[in-house]
Amino acid sequence: MGFFFAQLLTGLSNAAGLFLVASGLSLIFGVTRIVNFAHGSFYMLGAYFGVTLMGILPDYLGSHVGFWGSIVLTGVIVGLVGALVEIVVLRPIYRAPELFQLVATFGVILMIQDLALMSWGAEDIMGARAPGLRGVFRIFGEPIPKYDIVLICITPFILIALWWLIAKTRLGILVRAATQDREMVGALGVNQRWLFTGVFALGSALAGWGGALQLPKGGADLLMDMNIIGPLFVVVVIGGMGSLPGAFIASVIISVLNVFGVTYMPQSTLVLMFVVMAIVLIFRPYGLLGKEEVAGEHGQVGAPEAPIRPFGRTGRLAVTGLLAVLALLPLVSDPFLLVLMTDIIIFALFAASLHFILGAGGLTSFGHAAFYGGGAYVAALLVTYAKAPMEIAFIAAPIGAGMLALVVGWFCIRLSGVYLAMLTLAFSQLVWSLAFQWRSVTRGDDGLINIWPSDWLSGQVPYYYFTLVIGAAGILFLRHVIHAPFGYALRAARDSARQAEATGINVKRVQYLAFALAGALAGLAGGLFVFAKGSVFPTELEIGKSFDALIVVFLGGIKTLSGGVVGAAFMATVEDWLTRMEYWRLMLGMLIIAVVILAPEGIVGSARRLGERLGLIKRAEAEE
Amino acid sequence: MLELERVNSFYGKAHILQDLSFSVGRGEVVALLGRNGAGKSTTMKSIIQLVRPKSGKVRFQGTEVTGQAAYRVARAGIGYVPEDRRIFTALTVLENLEVGRQPAREGAPHWSVEQLFEIFPNLHERRNQLGKAMSGGEQQMLTIARTLMGNPSLLLLDEPSEGIAPVIVEEMARAILRLKAQGLTVMISEQNLHFARVVADRAIIIESGEKKFDGTFAELEAHPEIRDAYLAV
Repeated sequence: MGFFFAQLLTGLSNAAGLFLVASGLSLIFGVTRIVNFAHGSFYMLGAYFGVTLMGILPDYLGSHVGFWGSIVLTGVIVGLVGALVEIVVLRPIYRAPELFQLVATFGVILMIQDLALMSWGAEDIMGARAPGLRGVFRIFGEPIPKYDIVLICITPFILIALWWLIAKTRLGILVRAATQDREMVGALGVNQRWLFTGVFALGSALAGWGGALQLPKGGADLLMDMNIIGPLFVVVVIGGMGSLPGAFIASVIISVLNVFGVTYMPQSTLVLMFVVMAIVLIFRPYGLLGKEEVAGEHGQVGAPEAPIRPFGRTGRLAVTGLLAVLALLPLVSDPFLLVLMTDIIIFALFAASLHFILGAGGLTSFGHAAFYGGGAYVAALLVTYAKAPMEIAFIAAPIGAGMLALVVGWFCIRLSGVYLAMLTLAFSQLVWSLAFQWRSVTRGDDGLINIWPSDWLSGQVPYYYFTLVIGAAGILFLRHVIHAPFGYALRAARDSARQAEATGINVKRVQYLAFALAGALAGLAGGLFVFAKGSVFPTELEIGKSFDALIVVFLGGIKTLSGGVVGAAFMATVEDWLTRMEYWRLMLGMLIIAVVILAPEGIVGSARRLGERLGLIKRAEAEE
Repeated sequence: MLELERVNSFYGKAHILQDLSFSVGRGEVVALLGRNGAGKSTTMKSIIQLVRPKSGKVRFQGTEVTGQAAYRVARAGIGYVPEDRRIFTALTVLENLEVGRQPAREGAPHWSVEQLFEIFPNLHERRNQLGKAMSGGEQQMLTIARTLMGNPSLLLLDEPSEGIAPVIVEEMARAILRLKAQGLTVMISEQNLHFARVVADRAIIIESGEKKFDGTFAELEAHPEIRDAYLAV
């Protein structure tokens, strides 16, 4: 009994930090409609600033005032950082499609990563203890850290304070009004730009406070930003986007569950969280206290897309030429380039499958790596355990990934927009945690090794040709589907779900099938990958991998399938060059943000626009 | 008080307002008439700057407002009541009014919540109800009251009688006449000629974004061919 109660209290105290961070994310989303992926970075910054201030302030202000003053001040500083990010990065792109905003916040993650590395070094930093709260209380004979009890007592007040701010103050009323109709709020004389900045700053400050408050229980390290994204999104999805009480309830559920999970099922703590999420979503697709998104209310904005057209003669010639060059490459190139090209082709296929669902389908999937890595794992597991020949395992990769996509899609396709993005991300984290924690089968982060192709494909040159044929066939197949009736139905569903329904298209079914198809082709790329490298690790399933593909699609330009291919080549080259530098994340982050703000049509789109301006391409007739 | 000088506005490539010029004097109630799609709403939006004119000038109390942010124009004293009402459905009536609150302005009538409840008694009864629980007519009254909370010196009313029961339209007409008596300048866009004649001193008729008539209702009645050509009666 005592032990059980102690566990419960530990979970509740952990919920405090999680709730602070999640409420900040929820608040920002509610008003700006931006899912701030950099929110974990603000949490991390909170920990770092907090540690630094706790090393300085107590000397001047005494231990108590110094400690709590540091926490308060940390929130203020992180809030200011948030305001800066909002003004510089987000203001120019509020009207852009949501993918742009999400990619921009990912650029912010990369930048903060390196800035933190520069400022605080790579070593983990231990958190300071709270003065006067070092000991434990004995409750039912079990030791409970005093600091935990303080956190448990503080949290309800934070919830009430936030609730009061939103429900009772003029600021809160304006915030809620702006959530529904920003333009109207502006037309009534409210400077909504500063309202947005203020909300963003407050949300960031909450993340900062969350980071600082957990210091006595942990510390500060460079993995905090990514580590909290999983739980954070699960909390917000379970609680319902934009609902503060929902975030509170979900934080408690997840934190308590986690503590008990560590005790009773240490092998499945990560998985457990996502299982709970899945169960909640089966019954309440918008979370416990979330409201259904009204279709069209926050739909796509910006210029209507030019229809994708089949290739003209020039296009066909260019593709044929490119394939010919690639086919002749082994005759002239050195082995290193061949390996790089194999990687690029695999990545291009992966990116093209994401582009298919994102560009043609309009479904923002943020967990596409689940299918890429999933395919790789299916093949690797078959080789490892069933001693399957390479050919069978390779064919199983897209099939397995496609089936995984059918399962994930069943949950996700019911939603749209950012809800879909968050949910796909959470599911990919579930797949990742399975690979990471189910050691007896997947061998965890030791990975599955010795997965080599059959004799007839071994060696760089044969495998390069194999990759080229499969990769090119996969990409051309996707192109073909986009121009087939199924592709028309998919694009119709993207542009106007209601009108598509009215013309007899079963929108959800079309999207579901497209999702599965994209998953299968990502799995195909994963199959190519695992036999090229001879091994697979959980990193292939990480959030970062999904983001890589998103950035590639985005850099290349979402409106064109060739964009994904160009983006993959660009990304591989730039990464190859950038990663030689010490602070390459900073560079890449700045590059991404610059592209989002300055060239929102991506490389291919911008190049075409330049071509149009110079008269090289006929306006609006430009093909993909 | 308000002058438009050769204003041209576009939606994408569609040229909506074509060299539109007119002026509204202090204390006047002017009706902007025209058929569906004539450009009435775009005219309103071009004044409050929710639509930015490509060329031409909008002057308010002698100061040019063209190209400014909408919130600045609103703070300068122009109150805008949109055609599709756009009340905040998840907020209560009182909260909706709070969003519109701005400091008192010199030379413009000052409104308190109590005074507005006096003009729109229904709102008082429903002051703690959510916006979405109200009827169309009540929502329309709420948008007007919400905008008046900003103490504007010029009120832009975009088709206030559209889709509202005749009894409520009468109530609305009485309310607008009260606002006029308080010294408020009002520009009201309408398709309902009868309603416009009751509340307005002057009529401006537009068709395809061009001005076709500008004068009193007496003059308009003297030229029934204008009415027949540009208004759906």
